[in-house]
Amino acid sequence: MSPAVRVQTWIDERFGWAEMIAPLQHKTVPRHRLSYWYFLGGITLFLFLIQIATGILLLLYYRPSANEAFESVQYITTQVKFGWLVRSIHSWSANLMIFTAFAHMFSVLFLRAYRKPRELTWVTGVVLLFLALGFGFSGYLLPWNTLAFFATKVGSEVAGQVPIIGPWIMVFLRGGPDVTGATLTRFFGFHVAVLPGLATLLLGVHVALVQRFGISVPPGLEQQWSSLPQPQREMRFFPNFFLRELMAWYVALAVLGLLAALFPWGLGTKADPFASAPAGIKPEWYFLSGFQALKLIPPKIFSIDGEVLGVLGFGAAGLVWLLLPFLEPKREGGGRPTFAIGVFALTFITAMTIYGYFGK
Amino acid sequence: MNRPAMALVSLLFLLALPLAWGAAGNTCLDCHSAMDAPLRVTDEEFAANIHAQKGLTCASCHGGDPSSPDDAMSKKAGFRGHIDRKQIPQLCGSCHSDAAYMRQFNPSLRTDQFSQYPTSVHGQRLAKGDTKVAVCTDCHSVHNIRPASDTRSTVNPLNIAATCSRCHADPNYMKPYGISTAQFADYSKSVHHDAMAVRGDLSAPTCTTCHGNHGAAPPGVATVKNVCSTCHVYQWELFNAGPHKTAFESAGLPGCVTCHSNHAITHPTDEMVGTGQQSVCTNCHTQGDAGLQSAAAIHTELGELESRIARSKEILDRAAVSGMEVSQAQVDLTQASDALTKARVSVHSFRAGSVTKEITPGQVTADKTYQVGVQALHERNQRRLGLSFSLLAIGATLVALRLVITHIES
Amino acid sequence: MSFTTAEKPVLTRVCEVQESTAKNTSRRSLLKILLGGGILASLGSFLYPVLRYLVPPAETNLGVDSVIAATIHELKPNSSKIFRFGSRPALLIRTADGEYRAMSATCTHLSCTVQYRKDAQQVWCACHNGMYDLNGRNVSGPPPRPLEKYQVHIQGEEIQVQRA
Repeated sequence: MSPAVRVQTWIDERFGWAEMIAPLQHKTVPRHRLSYWYFLGGITLFLFLIQIATGILLLLYYRPSANEAFESVQYITTQVKFGWLVRSIHSWSANLMIFTAFAHMFSVLFLRAYRKPRELTWVTGVVLLFLALGFGFSGYLLPWNTLAFFATKVGSEVAGQVPIIGPWIMVFLRGGPDVTGATLTRFFGFHVAVLPGLATLLLGVHVALVQRFGISVPPGLEQQWSSLPQPQREMRFFPNFFLRELMAWYVALAVLGLLAALFPWGLGTKADPFASAPAGIKPEWYFLSGFQALKLIPPKIFSIDGEVLGVLGFGAAGLVWLLLPFLEPKREGGGRPTFAIGVFALTFITAMTIYGYFGK
Repeated sequence: MNRPAMALVSLLFLLALPLAWGAAGNTCLDCHSAMDAPLRVTDEEFAANIHAQKGLTCASCHGGDPSSPDDAMSKKAGFRGHIDRKQIPQLCGSCHSDAAYMRQFNPSLRTDQFSQYPTSVHGQRLAKGDTKVAVCTDCHSVHNIRPASDTRSTVNPLNIAATCSRCHADPNYMKPYGISTAQFADYSKSVHHDAMAVRGDLSAPTCTTCHGNHGAAPPGVATVKNVCSTCHVYQWELFNAGPHKTAFESAGLPGCVTCHSNHAITHPTDEMVGTGQQSVCTNCHTQGDAGLQSAAAIHTELGELESRIARSKEILDRAAVSGMEVSQAQVDLTQASDALTKARVSVHSFRAGSVTKEITPGQVTADKTYQVGVQALHERNQRRLGLSFSLLAIGATLVALRLVITHIES
Repeated sequence: MSFTTAEKPVLTRVCEVQESTAKNTSRRSLLKILLGGGILASLGSFLYPVLRYLVPPAETNLGVDSVIAATIHELKPNSSKIFRFGSRPALLIRTADGEYRAMSATCTHLSCTVQYRKDAQQVWCACHNGMYDLNGRNVSGPPPRPLEKYQVHIQGEEIQVQRA
């Protein structure tokens, strides 16, 4: 017996390995002109794994106190060997991950992969998207620089606009009435323990559900295929799709390396709670559309505070998004309103983000 | 009078007592707060007055008996009515130059204002009969006099220039005197005004710092440099030891003001020294003379150090943005900027040698930090080389994967 | 067997199949080498930085709250040294009695860097003639506030300066 086969047998006798991976051997991926969208989920997962790896590395040197946080990140980027690379990859991968997560969500929406029986995959996915935004919000504060400090101040103040429970939410987020070192400690706890734990749990459920129900096919094609079944329509996951996925992952690695080396992530200046906010402060791009939309709402609408209405509006939109598969009418052509909502949401987010960037 | 009538009158009298008691303070305001200008004095105005807060009343200055509306303006009670302008300094001085009296209220207040005033231009002209000049109430205001430390006071350092400019910037008012009215406009452009109004430095000079307040007079041509040197000591020492001191004195030139002006003291630039358009040296010196040659040399040196510092800063910033460790060099560069500041001060020696002495250590530091920046960028490029190796490996893997896929699907 | 048909003779076909199998095997092993090599090289290029990263640098002090300013042999009595504390310059003075004092070197007037004057035995700012005493207190000239004072600890040969 060759050594490789010997090792394989040893593992199989103690883990039941062959039986465990048997379903994966039969897993297939539908093959059609829209198949390329199927890569997005895997890329998001890959970027999340990159975040875990680089995050753990950063944890070895980062100091989560208001006094030393900024200097510890400076230390990582200037004193630790390849610290600049680890930190820039972590920052770039975070942004790319949120982008691919949104792209994955929209592609699932437009390809209507959320239909029964995959509604819970959608629900776990939307919650994962919210967790990703939470990762972005909490992680952004950790270098404790001026931009992050004020972005956190503004962002948590918006959260405080929710009626009745808003102030409590704000104090909970901030660890007190103001953004201080207590906020930093709390955000650190969220970012490295609470959110990763929740995300891992939900990710496990999400991926298990995908394995259970297989990859969905867009409804139009589904009809076609049911009338004329052909074997070449399905691609084996191992090794064919997996190798292609690996290619995509390698391309992502190359892009990350390029971005980290050519456009290193800046550090700015240390946060000074007593200084006034710099002019033209803006949140990161993934919050920019919401921020811009809130700015456009008039101060009062029918004697209700405009910002409160905006926040409530976003909350309602989030709830609708979460429950989308259950809200869709069950009749023929019931997918059209969802499609319309999807187009509207995508256009709104894109337009508001561009406006936020280039507008005054 | 019958008994009920007596009871009524007594009741009315009793009721009137609290009114009378209240008015025993200051019945003047009861009428005067309701009048029109110039007789109008409101309760708020008077309540803001430091004198009222210390327990004085209208009668303290105007005489009369404020406790009763009938005797309030009685000449027998000493009522003086409207105080004639010529009498005002004496009236204010009757308390403010009495040290024993002032001690009860504020022992640290000066009591020499009344003795200083006659030495001032205002005091001298008032003595000759000119009532247009400033008296106490013109600067300190009349009924709402606040202490100088109060930011709302007309004589608080922040407000002094505006107070002086009420007359001194009014061309019509100043016509008979034939002096400029551009001082306030000039001062507003100056670096001293900027220090106080923008940077909030209350120790920055305003009109009274150089002219005096109660003994206000322009410092003479020969002595204006003493005023400047109160703060600008170093420049003064260098100037005194240099060739310009005797030259300016014999030419009757007003020292510092010759080059820097008196009110429109703008932020000095390197262009002021040398042979260029904005140079002040060319006002006296002619082409080819030794002084102008020194000036040109100084100008060149200052410019060179400034550009070297800028060059270092640029490269260090570039390195820092790329994530390179250059913080020590950035701190060292501040030393070079300090050398430039000191070199600019040493210009007042008007000797190229003295300026060079300050410039040289600055050059050395600027060059050293520049090298640190070059080294840092070199290291950054090494990183990019390492990245391209990694990209090569990734590229090879991608090609291999593509070929494997094609192979197994053929 | 017919030579008129386009079909190739059996022997040729067998040879062809054998040849293509041989080509296939060599191509497959070439691909294996390329893929294996590529993956190894790329994994190496990822692993090398990670391994270097894990080794802590020599200097573990962040320089925020305390800094080694000098050694005990560096300064003679009645002399001084400018050193970096955080991102700003600081002043270490050895007085004529041999004591050490440390304070911020940024003048509180307009942020010039101050210096120690041996003749006056005081701290002086050359920009506008501001003077501070050896405790950092502003004693004359324009500076509105004292210089921030730091604590000095001597540990063996090193002089450690700490934020108060």
